[in-house]
Amino acid sequence: MSALAYGTAGWLFLVGLYGIVTSRNLIHMVICLTVVQSSTYVLLLSIGYRSGAAAPVFADIPPGSRAVDPIVQALTLTDVVVEATVVALMLALAVQAHKRFGTLDPNELTPLRG
Amino acid sequence: MSERARLGLFLGAATGMAVLLAWGMAGLPAFGAFHGAYALLIDHVVVAQRHATDAVTAVNFDYRGLDTLGEEFILFTSVVGLAVLLREQRSERERPPARAGEEHRFQGASCALRTLTLLLVGPLVVLALYVDSHGALTPGGGFQGGVLGAAALLLVFLGGGYLTMRRLSPHRLVELAEAGGAAGYGMIGVGGIVFAGAFLKNFLGYGTAGELISAGTIPLLSMAVAAEVSGAFVLLWSEFLDQALIVRRG
Amino acid sequence: MRELQAALFALLALGGLAVVLTRDPLRQALVVGVYGLLLALLFFALQAPDVALSQIVVCTVAVPVMILLALAKIHGGEHDEEDRKSSPEGEPR
Repeated sequence: MSALAYGTAGWLFLVGLYGIVTSRNLIHMVICLTVVQSSTYVLLLSIGYRSGAAAPVFADIPPGSRAVDPIVQALTLTDVVVEATVVALMLALAVQAHKRFGTLDPNELTPLRG
Repeated sequence: MSERARLGLFLGAATGMAVLLAWGMAGLPAFGAFHGAYALLIDHVVVAQRHATDAVTAVNFDYRGLDTLGEEFILFTSVVGLAVLLREQRSERERPPARAGEEHRFQGASCALRTLTLLLVGPLVVLALYVDSHGALTPGGGFQGGVLGAAALLLVFLGGGYLTMRRLSPHRLVELAEAGGAAGYGMIGVGGIVFAGAFLKNFLGYGTAGELISAGTIPLLSMAVAAEVSGAFVLLWSEFLDQALIVRRG
Repeated sequence: MRELQAALFALLALGGLAVVLTRDPLRQALVVGVYGLLLALLFFALQAPDVALSQIVVCTVAVPVMILLALAKIHGGEHDEEDRKSSPEGEPR
């Protein structure tokens, strides 16, 4: 089970990277980046999990009962929302690149000429 | 570098990376056998110390409040960057509507879509406020509730048209909400210095666990973050919508 | 619970591959929405309701909307270029 959990995180990371390297479209590249980001969430939450434990919300279970790690969840929670805005920023860059160069293909984005 | 050469280089590097990752992950504790001391300590003391029943929100806004301040400012900066990128350039101008007097309407809105979305806007706003305010008690908090609130405005766009959405969320107000949320978080932190001696220290009374007004400054910080996140997402979508519907190259 | 988690991990690995292999951004927006839902289900199975809430709202509402709006701008821009080139008398300045 550990191999499956951590292996999925590693697999998602490498698959996302493969998508970025072989991408022909700037927007496709940005979406592959979200796959890479999600691999970190999977890794963090898999590390913090305890078998047979409940969620770290003590509204209906007595405080002190067995619960999973709340710190990695706090990390991942803020990260999910913030990365969405970073994805928006990159999409705006892609839109502006298309306006300037007329193409979304990263291979054709030539460097600036003097 | 040609495509095939780049792919070959990547495959080599990826194999090396996979080996390193496997070696690193072999040193991790087994899945389900987590035994970090800090986390277990927080699980035991959070209700007694902060009178908050949701440990994740308490960690976000109290124990690790400084990290959340940093994340909030990442969000703020990237939205500012986006607004700068997508501002109307000198060579662009507004596209006139196709027929005189017609709104920039979302073209495919059928009657069913319009009815459904307008029916759902009210409950979604209530849900967003509920998730915001109960951050310290049940799963929820500023980040989730903020995005839900912004999604309610998106439903208005889908059902009622772009100009209705802009009338409900004027640019000044949205920018004020976003900046006010970010500044409000910092101000409450300064209040911690003034009243309790340390930045972002919880200085209000804790109340009883399980009540709506409890856990000190955690609900206030949650509200500030909700205002900021809602403002940020509405600003994002308005910029993109402006670009897609209105602006075109002159 | 362990079987559910194992099944979700496996589905997630396949989902990530599907997102990367879908080359057309328009279809990818939909696939990434489904991938986000799968991820949220996994977070629920790992006892993380806060994170799952965030993930559902962001990955099924915010991200596909932004992708679709960016695509609308890009293809609308191409449409405007054709309009501009095809009308010989200039637009009123």
